[in-house]
Amino acid sequence: MFKINKPGLLTTVQDLGRYGYQKVGIVACGAMDQFAHRVANLLVGNEENDATLEITMMGPSLTFDINTLLSICGGEFDATINGERIRPWRTVLVKKGDELKVGSCRSGFRAYLAIAGGIDVPAVMGSKSTYLRAGIGGYNGRALKAGDTVKSGKLSDLSQKLLQYVTKENPQKPIIEAEWSIASDLLTDYDTARPVRVVKGRQFNLFTEQSLQQFYREEFDITPQSDRMGYRLKGAPLSLETKTDMLSEAVSFGTIQVPSDGQPIILTADRQTTGGYPKIAQIASVDFSRIAQLKPGDKVRFTEIAHSVAEKLYLKREHSLLQLKQGLLLKTLF
Amino acid sequence: MDYRIHHFGDNAIMIELGNEINPKILDKITLISNFLDSQQLDWLIEYIPAYTTITIFYDPFKLVATDGTCISPFQLVADVITQLLGRLPKKKNTENRLVEIPVCYGGEYGPDLTEVAAVNGLSIEEVIRIHSSAEYLVYMIGFAPGFPYIGGMSEKIATPRKATPRLKIPAGSVGIAGKQTGVYPLETPGGWQLIGRTPVRLFDPDKESPSLLKTGDKIRFKPITPEAFFAIEEGSNV
Repeated sequence: MFKINKPGLLTTVQDLGRYGYQKVGIVACGAMDQFAHRVANLLVGNEENDATLEITMMGPSLTFDINTLLSICGGEFDATINGERIRPWRTVLVKKGDELKVGSCRSGFRAYLAIAGGIDVPAVMGSKSTYLRAGIGGYNGRALKAGDTVKSGKLSDLSQKLLQYVTKENPQKPIIEAEWSIASDLLTDYDTARPVRVVKGRQFNLFTEQSLQQFYREEFDITPQSDRMGYRLKGAPLSLETKTDMLSEAVSFGTIQVPSDGQPIILTADRQTTGGYPKIAQIASVDFSRIAQLKPGDKVRFTEIAHSVAEKLYLKREHSLLQLKQGLLLKTLF
Repeated sequence: MDYRIHHFGDNAIMIELGNEINPKILDKITLISNFLDSQQLDWLIEYIPAYTTITIFYDPFKLVATDGTCISPFQLVADVITQLLGRLPKKKNTENRLVEIPVCYGGEYGPDLTEVAAVNGLSIEEVIRIHSSAEYLVYMIGFAPGFPYIGGMSEKIATPRKATPRLKIPAGSVGIAGKQTGVYPLETPGGWQLIGRTPVRLFDPDKESPSLLKTGDKIRFKPITPEAFFAIEEGSNV
């Protein structure tokens, strides 16, 4: 169990999302940066879908009343345990009475705090994710507040073994971290200098040639009207060859739709299930983390890749995650 | 069956069955939905039916051998879907479910009923009769949890949206916007003309089927008194 001393800007319980109910209009939710969420879980021996805390821009402080493992992955946040700095993308031992303080983000926007056993809240419609607008799921359907006490679940066998392994380290050290960390090539998808990779959207061909060129050439601003539901962009307006009335159809994480004002919207975790605006592009899944780590005021550019390339990138990343998982299993054998 | 298959990002496939709102297309979509429900496909995450499309989300990694072969997961799903569609029965073997929705028309429950009547040169009773005598079809659910896109309203009671949207529309409100009618499952802002309200909950996250309605349902609105409204509301809260 741990107690929230300060909640941070927006700290919510998230897992990989609420699936199976989008057909009746129920928003999927889930971690914005699913890659970081999954790695954070793996590093403490959890299942990838276990609930973590999604931290936004300014992190929480919390006090633990158990010895356990934690991991913080995603954007780069200043984080300390009892005043000693801890590194992201690591397995860290935390002891009873320790205070974890997650400060402000130095780069990126969101980080995921995984705790061995996962965050223990009731599942609603099969998911522990918080849907803020409807007040469903997570911790009483809302963001965490000071004074909340949050439980972590039962440790998996793997978590227990990892905990034993890390506890064997020199107890005199102020901070005990596992010596392993994740391969640096897994983090290249966070490179902000590179444009975000997209495949053509379903209504791509309805846009004017000039708009399509603009879409790939220009930078777009992330406006303050951006949240877990979607990112509203601002740039030179994009226009359609002829005005069309579209019937609503499914949208997805990473769909870039363009309403009649010509300013694109990137749909993210708390998106509606369907939409009726033309879709100019769909972001490749491997670049969802890049989007999740953008904040209002940042700029974004897009580049097109073939659908087959997006698929290959997807599979490559899944293989890397599988290797990470197997690597951690190996640690516990010795 | 006429259809086109499109990729939708790197983890979804969209089947397009037409380009207009049409009960025949809805039948095909319902048929495919039912078929998917009856299959055990470990790569199937979920599907979203809409007016003319059904979008299937899949797990690409589950589709390819874990040894890193380079087969396209989309192509694998497209092949499976093409086979499935070839084997689909020509006709649905079940009738669409009919859901009766009790509605208390007018008064505080439907503050715009008089306006809808006035706009169309009808009496209040006629508006209620027209609205409650038709059989409607749920074409899709979207916009909000459990929110049905309903077809089948008589144009005799079509009414433009309100010039200024209300900031709060109570859950269960039944409204008219242009040629459409709908029911709000949750309290939301909105510009629909409100003609009544149902005490029945369209969305309940604690139920195993959280949405009262699903794509393909038939709907009939049944006029009820304020007393009946109260009784049903009390009953559903126990």
